[in-house]
Amino acid sequence: MNILILGANSDIAKHICDAFAKEKDAHFYLASRNTTDLEKFSKDLTIRHQVKASYYSFDATNFTSHQKFYDNLPEKPDLVVVAFGLLGEQQLAEKNFQHAAQIINTNYTGAVSILEIVAADFAARKSGTIIGISSVAGLRGRQSNYIYGSAKAAFTTYLSGLRNRMQKHNVHVMTILPGFVATKMTQDMDLPQRLTAQPKVLGQAVYQAYSRGKNTMYHKKAWCLIMFVIRSIPESIFKRLSL
Amino acid sequence: MVLNFIAMKIHGWGKYPYQEACIHHASNHSELRKVIQQGNCIARGLGRSYGDSALSANVISTQQLRYFLDFNPKTGLLICESGVSLADIIDAFLPRGFFLAVTPGTKFVTIGGAIASDVHGKNHHHVGCFSEFVENIELLLPNGEIVNCNRQQNQELFHATCGGMGLTGIILAATIKLIPITSSTIQQRTIKSANLNATLAAFHEHKEATYSVAWLDCTAKGKHLGRSLLMLGEHADDNNLVRSTPRNLNVPFNMPSIMLNRYSIRAFNHFYYQRIKQDEVHDRVNLDKFFYPLDSISQWNNLYGRKGFTQYQFVIPLEDAEMALQKILGKIADYGNGSFLSVLKLFGKANSNYLSFPQEGFTFALDFKMEPTLFHFLEQLDRLVQDYNGRVYLAKDVRMPADFFHATYNKVEQFQKIRASIGATDKLSSLQSTRLGI
Repeated sequence: MNILILGANSDIAKHICDAFAKEKDAHFYLASRNTTDLEKFSKDLTIRHQVKASYYSFDATNFTSHQKFYDNLPEKPDLVVVAFGLLGEQQLAEKNFQHAAQIINTNYTGAVSILEIVAADFAARKSGTIIGISSVAGLRGRQSNYIYGSAKAAFTTYLSGLRNRMQKHNVHVMTILPGFVATKMTQDMDLPQRLTAQPKVLGQAVYQAYSRGKNTMYHKKAWCLIMFVIRSIPESIFKRLSL
Repeated sequence: MVLNFIAMKIHGWGKYPYQEACIHHASNHSELRKVIQQGNCIARGLGRSYGDSALSANVISTQQLRYFLDFNPKTGLLICESGVSLADIIDAFLPRGFFLAVTPGTKFVTIGGAIASDVHGKNHHHVGCFSEFVENIELLLPNGEIVNCNRQQNQELFHATCGGMGLTGIILAATIKLIPITSSTIQQRTIKSANLNATLAAFHEHKEATYSVAWLDCTAKGKHLGRSLLMLGEHADDNNLVRSTPRNLNVPFNMPSIMLNRYSIRAFNHFYYQRIKQDEVHDRVNLDKFFYPLDSISQWNNLYGRKGFTQYQFVIPLEDAEMALQKILGKIADYGNGSFLSVLKLFGKANSNYLSFPQEGFTFALDFKMEPTLFHFLEQLDRLVQDYNGRVYLAKDVRMPADFFHATYNKVEQFQKIRASIGATDKLSSLQSTRLGI
């Protein structure tokens, strides 16, 4: 199985690779903007799991490069994982639209750009799976990170639309909604331990959800309930909260 | 980038003490150098050392150093980054017929931690410590320079780094030798001994066994003092490398510490000893169960309650071992609040590393839950240990007095010289190294 990982430098992506390495004849195409670390990572995969792995340069925000990137892959993937994302800094994004645009383009526009190319190929081949790593932050806007949150909201909505469209082409689209995950992205944040997922466990959960053909998956599971509660708070109250 | 990090409360496996620390991730070398220049820096892997040896104001986490870099199936030589855990290695290489030449009682330690504590296993009496199978260490010195240390190159630094508790630099990667095996199971023999004399005799009698360790009833007194179950193991050779996944329990919360009292501990020890009816039992157990019985209970450190616990592990040279153990076990049995699992093990010869713990003799380890009288009691044990020329293991320690440490580790001065020569003295330190004046 050819597996294309977009944003392969992310901790979540690495652990997804570890989990999917048990797929028969797994061949990983690792893609990221910064490829220096990917050389090491691809070597690690080949040693650790005795699978094939190669790496490619890919910039989610360089939209015009996407078609060429996809066309140049030695073989077309059977599974594509969108794991790139940018948390950014909310307060900077409020003052500096460039930063806001960067957050939006990385988390949303870039994903749309590459996934439309992938979707066209999968639709023609009548097979394939797309996994998008979105976030529970997209389920309700909060003052502390609504630029990131709104971009993830758009991505979540996009994935559900794509799932609807690809159904008839025998292409499966899965949305992953992690809450807090202990990764590089969050390493400077003091996260509540009980609600924070370990990327390794998340990687295995994604694989399990994939094997079971799930459409959306929350991780940790408690986030499903938490977000239900958060979404049920009336806006008149919610707007006064400092979240 | 500004070095601005949120401080977090962290602790060792014993959950005592807690320390406010800035966590820095070891990914970018030039940034690491800047962090080290701030001083009070110590590397930390999975946080499995029991006491305060991986606690400091600035902690360098090796979690991001997670890659395998090279493996040669002909020689069994593996090069990997220091944040790779023993569990990672077993997961990847057991199915291919390779295993760790030396493994401690948990697989949730990193290569960096295993080297820094120079850990030992149930086969120490034959093969020595973990460092015997370390062929090279890639070490980041406080000045930012990266050097290779091994038995040919930078020898002194190699012997200081193995067992050096992270005080000589940040271990970035290492080359270790794995051993070939043909089975994922261990042929186990359990031998029941009624008292200390019989226990020690059983160790000597079964010296040829590849692996040996005894569980000892630390609550037994009088004629039962030192009664034990000695477990011997040999790798099976059934050509079956399929690993049965161990069942997993969890202790998600701190248990109320009242649960652990002299009565519950006595009862547990009694039943644990009595569960083996015959003098000798043969069976076959999977490798995880034999080497890592406690790994199947995640967060078992919560069993000792909110205040935490410590493990006291000492070694007594062979000649006086029986008399010393007799006295120490007597004291522990009187103290009453010993632990569920106390472990006795025969060590082989000491190595030439400056701070490695093992020396030829018997080592005994047991847990104590934290309580006000504990440290005073342990100082009494220290005195006995010192009288019999023994010492206490740094990776477990959280409280030994500095003078006791200096009196029992005889190569500290040489170690300090090496530390000074690479500019590590005022840059790399843990709460432990400060407490002990290393």
